[in-house]
Amino acid sequence: MKRDRLRVLGNEQIGAYFLVRLERGVLDAGVPGQFFMLQAPGRVLPRPMSVCLAPPGELAFLIDPIGPGTRVLCALEPGEAIHVLGPLGNGFRLDVERPLLVGGGIGIAPLPFVSERLGSPPALLGFRSEWHAEAAALVPNAEVVIEPTYVTEAMPTGHDVLACGPEPMLEAVRALAPDAQLAWEAPMACGYGACYGCAVEIGGELKRLCVEGPVLVAA
Amino acid sequence: MLLLNGSGCLDALVAPDVARALDVFVTKTITPQPRGGNAPVRIAETGHGMLNAIGLANPGRDHFLQTLARLQEVVQIPIWVSVGGFSAEQYAETCHLLDGRDEVASIELNLSCPNVDEAPESAAEIVAACRSATDLPLYAKLSPATWDLAETARAVEAAGADGLSLVNTIRGLSLDERTLRPTLERGSGGYSGPALKPIALAAVYACARGTTLPIVGMGGVYSGRDALELIAAGASAVALGTVLFADPDAPTRIRAELGVELDARGFESADDARGVAQRADVHANVR
Repeated sequence: MKRDRLRVLGNEQIGAYFLVRLERGVLDAGVPGQFFMLQAPGRVLPRPMSVCLAPPGELAFLIDPIGPGTRVLCALEPGEAIHVLGPLGNGFRLDVERPLLVGGGIGIAPLPFVSERLGSPPALLGFRSEWHAEAAALVPNAEVVIEPTYVTEAMPTGHDVLACGPEPMLEAVRALAPDAQLAWEAPMACGYGACYGCAVEIGGELKRLCVEGPVLVAA
Repeated sequence: MLLLNGSGCLDALVAPDVARALDVFVTKTITPQPRGGNAPVRIAETGHGMLNAIGLANPGRDHFLQTLARLQEVVQIPIWVSVGGFSAEQYAETCHLLDGRDEVASIELNLSCPNVDEAPESAAEIVAACRSATDLPLYAKLSPATWDLAETARAVEAAGADGLSLVNTIRGLSLDERTLRPTLERGSGGYSGPALKPIALAAVYACARGTTLPIVGMGGVYSGRDALELIAAGASAVALGTVLFADPDAPTRIRAELGVELDARGFESADDARGVAQRADVHANVR
């Protein structure tokens, strides 16, 4: 488990979201679906973010400024530096034959990295507005739907689904694709199994998402 | 000066390197039966700290006792077992089962979890029951939410406690900024982090004056300076809690910072600085 202070290389607004690019430092990029804890300057706790892109020497995170921590992260400027811990948790299994990437809203964050590793497989992305959908440009070979259309209305069958998005979307994807790999989200204080804050029900028991997930196989 | 983790703030089996950077590993509170804990949402950040309502999630004492030898192999440092329960009898039963286990250096009695219903007995009654169940050192972990904490400390001392752990979290509430409903599913939770430090300092200060028991000070320690202040107030050891969530490297960093702080004030050791806040005749020299 490595932690390093990483310099901000760039911060670009893409529609409603921000792509924050950091120097990679001594950290490994990990596998798609794994996450990092990003120090949010001035806040008590860091924030968990899945890696969006990992070009050589860099780690990039797609962030939605929805709360006090994410707003600080989205306001980072080049030259500033933050502490980053990771990679953490379990990512997507990439040994799949007919991958289909499914994402909803800020849940598309890990999919550009997945897409790169899988050679740009087909993707299906859902957003609440055209403005939010601008981030679809980060995922090659993507079909985009905008609310009131949902991804599950456009989802073809017969694929190995790798999905990330809001909980109702993941539940709906699971109903259509019982073997899907789903990346879940939960409030987390630490990201490494210490706080027990990110408990989710897995197999009828409350378990730590940071240890067991965040990617879980459906069923 | 011993550096510990606060109970429930570190899983040594998942993060052994963090545990090994401490002098003592304190387990998550063990209850007689397994507990899944409270329904999510369980944590919330606030402006100056965080709330948690984990609810003593733990695998239960039978499972814990089976895994204790492996825990010792992994951490390679002394283990204090945090014991919880819902009656004095339950606390005492667990203490009895731990008695004679070589892996256990001390027992910390969690007498103050703000996130579960409390045992009906007083802290002193629970300590007395545990005292007759084990020869292991007993530390009483107390809540700061008491009108006269020093009085409680004297009562647990008289009941046979060997030390105090001060302080546990204090009950707090946060509301969702949009819905104005409690952020945590349980409603309130235990408040920790930087905002807890002055409360911890007051508790340590009062109990160091009111008892002769050694004190593990904890509450909002984020830096070596924070640790030094707890020592100055009377603590003989310091535990790290919320800071471990934000910075798993905190044990090494805070130990180094404490060394610099002691040196800058002309103290030869942490023992040399202990309780100086209590003493009119000692003035720290700032070099």
